[in-house]
Amino acid sequence: MLTIIIDGIAYGMVLFILAVGLSVTLGLMNFVNLAHGAFAMAGGYCAVVATTRAGIPFLLALPLAFLVTAIAGALLERLLYRPLYNRPHLDQVLFSIGMVFMAVASIDWLMGSQQQFVTLPEALKGRTEIFGIPVGRYRLFIIVLCGLLAAGLQLILSATRFGSQLRAAVDDARVARGLGISVNRVFALTFAAGSGLAGLGGALGAEILGLDPTFPLKFMIYFLIVVSVGGTSSISGPFLAALLLGIADVAGKYYIPQAGSFIIYALMILLLLVRPQGLFARAR
Amino acid sequence: MHSAQDSTAIRPVMRGRTALELAFWLLAFAAILLFPRKLIILNEIAILALFALSLDLILGYAGVLSLGHAAFLGLGAYTAGLFAKHMNGDPLTGLAVSAAVTGLAGFLSSFLVLRGTDLTRLMVTLGLALLLGEAANKASWLTGGADGLQGITMQPLLGQFAFDLAGRTAYLYSLVTLLILFLIARVIVASPFGMALRAIRDNPLRARAIGVPVSHRLVTVYTIAAVYAGIAGALLAQTTQFVSLDVLELHRSADVLLVLVIGGTGYLYGGIIGALAFKLLQDAIASATPQYWQFWIGLLLVILVLTGRERIRAALTGISRRLAFGRATAGSAP
Repeated sequence: MLTIIIDGIAYGMVLFILAVGLSVTLGLMNFVNLAHGAFAMAGGYCAVVATTRAGIPFLLALPLAFLVTAIAGALLERLLYRPLYNRPHLDQVLFSIGMVFMAVASIDWLMGSQQQFVTLPEALKGRTEIFGIPVGRYRLFIIVLCGLLAAGLQLILSATRFGSQLRAAVDDARVARGLGISVNRVFALTFAAGSGLAGLGGALGAEILGLDPTFPLKFMIYFLIVVSVGGTSSISGPFLAALLLGIADVAGKYYIPQAGSFIIYALMILLLLVRPQGLFARAR
Repeated sequence: MHSAQDSTAIRPVMRGRTALELAFWLLAFAAILLFPRKLIILNEIAILALFALSLDLILGYAGVLSLGHAAFLGLGAYTAGLFAKHMNGDPLTGLAVSAAVTGLAGFLSSFLVLRGTDLTRLMVTLGLALLLGEAANKASWLTGGADGLQGITMQPLLGQFAFDLAGRTAYLYSLVTLLILFLIARVIVASPFGMALRAIRDNPLRARAIGVPVSHRLVTVYTIAAVYAGIAGALLAQTTQFVSLDVLELHRSADVLLVLVIGGTGYLYGGIIGALAFKLLQDAIASATPQYWQFWIGLLLVILVLTGRERIRAALTGISRRLAFGRATAGSAP
């Protein structure tokens, strides 16, 4: 029982890191980016290539995955995404679905369609006992790392100059521009950081979520659930939503395996009906 | 004075348009004789066109963005398949049953879908399609699961025309259904109801202010669109005599969006032209690179959006106007 909860928390933490970038682009910048999972997949494959082919240790592969996807995100933002910020949602949906299709086919071509694995260091394998409960070490590592990241993000958003610039730009881009905030630069940095976090999440999650070319399609709905259920006005909303989703999904698949993902989808639809603004949203 | 001049200028164009439309449908029927080896793909095109027409009703005319329209296609397909397998193999009865079931599903789900903003709609439609897909996958005792629904045998159409391997009956059946539903859609779109839909699409707030019952209209059109998609699914199941989980997958919903975007949203021929272009393109790409055709579809989507999808439609209407006008002046020359 407790093992399930801890597995669920680790799973939810990874989902949070994966989805937090989306909560900014989708919620704050109001851009429907269904291709967010493609960045996550890119990070995952980065880690796979780095650990298995180049022999880079896993702990170094993680920041590498972050950097590579962040740079990719920054480039794509500048070249492709920026012209679409003010376009209708339909355009954004079409564009990002196109990106997903391209990413899926490219990875399939480059790496093959089989599932990929990262090489974990010995120290992270196996289980340890905490208060008598056997816990996977890797899961523990994820929980600690993601917890720190979440706290750091919250701090950046609420206490730094950049955080307040971002919040201002999101609240009203025109006024923010008038105050001398370089909104484009803020958005670009945020997009890059969000993509990088997705890449990091993909690298971390390769072990527990499974990594193959259909990753962006398979997990698209999960990211969307985290964002829509968590609301977009804070970091803590998506964080709690991701944890809930992780625990519910792991527990559901463990106790009622024949229902599969049914529970999650049904829960999401119900939640969206009751609280269209998200579960933890502030009233605006 | 002015108006008289205008109407004389417009009338030949209008007449030219009708002639063009007539020519189009005649060509579609003549394809049975012209391309007897291509009937299977032509049948697929007709079905895809109907599916796109269905999406156009809600997206192009009412402005409802759906990422899960395949839910109704799949529901219609499974209903028709199961009905033929277990109850009655008559195609038209199956079609009617599918239409009724998807209509009911569309009506019920419309209340879920039509709340909230674009984003919520996107999520709910996507979620419903995933839910159905998962249900069909898990209920393998009923649907055959990942193996697909097999063992469907159809009786001859109207008791006369058996479904042949070349797909003659299948294509004719789908094409006639498409034509009938197309004509109905034209009536719907031109009616005050259709006008109200466009008002809602352009500005829901204003539409409500001038007295359009927004949610009623949207529920109605969503139900109609569901019926159309269900019939498309039923045609697919009946003419291929097989249903697989593929009909409920996300790429179906994405493909039909692409079809509509190629052809142009908000006018009824958009879906048909788009389906034709999409299928031919897909056929060409798939025979060149069978495994990676999705990449090119994706690239096409990205390019379409970045260059502006209005341009295709502008080009298409330009061509059709020129064709129609040329024909009209040629026709009225003597």
